[in-house]
Amino acid sequence: MDFDLSEEQRLLKDSVERLILERYGFDHRRKYQTEEAGFSEAMWARYAELGLLGLPFSQAHGGFGGGAVETMIVMEAFGQALILEPYFATVVLARGILRHRASEAQKAELIPPIAEGRMKLAFAYAEPQSRYDLFDVQTGAEKDGDGWMLSGTKGLVLHGEAADRIVVSARTAGGSRDNNGIGLFLVAGDAPGLRRRGYPTQDGLRAAEITLENVRVEPADVIGDPAGALPIIFRVADEAAGALCAEAVGCFAEMHSITLKYLKTREQFGTIIGSFQVLQHRAVDMFVELEQSRSMAMYVTMMAGEGNTTERERAISAAKAQIGQSAKARSASSRSSSMVASA
Amino acid sequence: MDLAFTNEEHAFREEVRQFLRDRVPPEMHRKLIESRNLSRDEMVAWARILNKKGWAVPHWPKEHGGAGWTPVQHYIFGEELQMYPVRDLPDFGTSLVGPVIYTFGNEAQKKYFLPRIANAEDWWCQGFSEPGAGSDLASLQTRAVRDGDHYVVNGQKIWTTLAQYADWIFCLVRTNPGVKKQLGISFLLIDMKSPGITVRPIQLIDGGYEVNEIFFDDVRVPAENLVGEEDKGWDYAKFLLGNERFSIASVGTSKERILRVKELAAKCRVGEERLIDRATFREKVAAVEIQLKALEVTQLRVVTNASKEQKGRQDPASAILKLKGSEIQQATADLLLEVVGPYTLPYVSEEDLESGNEPPIGPDWAAAIAPAYFNARKVSIYGGSDEIQKNIIAKAILGL
Repeated sequence: MDFDLSEEQRLLKDSVERLILERYGFDHRRKYQTEEAGFSEAMWARYAELGLLGLPFSQAHGGFGGGAVETMIVMEAFGQALILEPYFATVVLARGILRHRASEAQKAELIPPIAEGRMKLAFAYAEPQSRYDLFDVQTGAEKDGDGWMLSGTKGLVLHGEAADRIVVSARTAGGSRDNNGIGLFLVAGDAPGLRRRGYPTQDGLRAAEITLENVRVEPADVIGDPAGALPIIFRVADEAAGALCAEAVGCFAEMHSITLKYLKTREQFGTIIGSFQVLQHRAVDMFVELEQSRSMAMYVTMMAGEGNTTERERAISAAKAQIGQSAKARSASSRSSSMVASA
Repeated sequence: MDLAFTNEEHAFREEVRQFLRDRVPPEMHRKLIESRNLSRDEMVAWARILNKKGWAVPHWPKEHGGAGWTPVQHYIFGEELQMYPVRDLPDFGTSLVGPVIYTFGNEAQKKYFLPRIANAEDWWCQGFSEPGAGSDLASLQTRAVRDGDHYVVNGQKIWTTLAQYADWIFCLVRTNPGVKKQLGISFLLIDMKSPGITVRPIQLIDGGYEVNEIFFDDVRVPAENLVGEEDKGWDYAKFLLGNERFSIASVGTSKERILRVKELAAKCRVGEERLIDRATFREKVAAVEIQLKALEVTQLRVVTNASKEQKGRQDPASAILKLKGSEIQQATADLLLEVVGPYTLPYVSEEDLESGNEPPIGPDWAAAIAPAYFNARKVSIYGGSDEIQKNIIAKAILGL
């Protein structure tokens, strides 16, 4: 039982937090948003220099549970600034797929350019009808000689527009909601037959609807078993949910800190507003939610390496639910509604 | 970062479990599962079983009978007891006055009282709250005036838990009314058999007599029963109240209650289905369980940090344990009430429950649930109310 970071992890935390502090204030974010890609290429290059795009480390490189702690550290720091760059899409989602299932040849081809900041990825798992069901895949993959041909529509592809390569889930067999028969395919962002309609999301990031019309996939670009990819998709979705929990905690911590500063400086009725007990108690309520959320983010991080799938999924669902509720909690005077009545 | 307990810690947990299986008297165990109250004799007997094992006061320094455990071991011990459940036993001696005596008391006091506390020779109660001094405890008015080698005590305490059983009371008394209120308080140990003490029980909404009023009328207390220095009692009281970090969140108690909720909800039918299979009910249970999991991890953060802390520097997360722990305990009591449903309504006196002469009204596990629910209302009030906790966090941690 140990909640401490290792020396290397502490150094990583310091360097990411320093970068965010110096280069990612809210004004910076606004400016980066107006760049052509909708984010900062210069920051992307900085992440590569700091080695963040080479994360998560493999176990062989001293990581734990596939680098879950490192991912937590980076996502928490990024959450403080709500960064715009496709870190989550490239490193957590698509690279997560590669880490679990790519062949050695695929890794050798893709990992170095990703780590060096020369290649961005996206993961196209959702479809317009699928909502939260990762197994609901209608995009089809037809055998085409030694390769495959993809056709269909993928929706809400985070950073799909900026991606050099896109990991696409497509059905090679079975009905549209079957667990079996789903494969993962690597396609180039500018592949013939692929069209992207990019748009901003509510939080200022970018996403895309992607249509595939007879997009050819070479045998070398099939990731793992073309009919048995669902467990890996679930696995990566779990890791991604854990990463989002950490990002949320970073965001909460920053909001809480900004709020506290304001309470200590803003004057009304001839005094600082932080002297009012109603506001003090609301600040405490936020603090309680923050610490509970921090605990849950640590918990999922430490459960990332859990071999028992049910236990791991339960932990992730619990963390996601808790943090989602904390994010919306207003005040403990709504205690009963947050605990029992609203459930 | 690593969630796993060590092999030694796992072995220790097993040792505690085995001890509980072997040594908790079955009748006492049954009562605790049913959320019923224990008699004085039952509680004393259990305290002595613990003491025989050397586990009555594990958190004390070794020279006074402590076990020399790590913070994680203390946590495991507390959790296993709460989950068994052996919970909510009064610890006014072992957890509250004991540490004050070994930290601030003189040699004679340590020598006399500490072994007696460890073996439950004396039942202790706490004389802090007064009719005019609740959350603002330092405004207390009970006077102690020095008269030769005695103090003469006059005043009134209230909400004194189980004072009807007590042999001794530790009291905050005003020895100097002429200074700032916190600076004129002393910490006195008073024999409950002293002439001039009257105990009047107060019946509470759960039907029981858990608390009392105590009146002091020219009670003569030997000056040797003063702990530490005169007028320094407020410091000792603050020490005492800040002393409970490993069990105040009652994570084990809430875990056990949730298991009980699930067990009973599987027995209840609602129309065609079992209550436990009802989606709306399951969501309520899950919501509380998730909060509890987060609190458990928060508690573990505090526990693992405790061994590394600088003296006097607490983990900020420890501040939320009481607040969130109270909320969850009350939510679990609420769920139990909901499981029982309509048969929470009949009130069965403790004597009738105890005698077992009358057949149960409704399910035989239902009778104590509503009283336990009402009783749980206290946790957000005692030991510093929710609002006081928030004031403390706002000031000490948020700097407001």
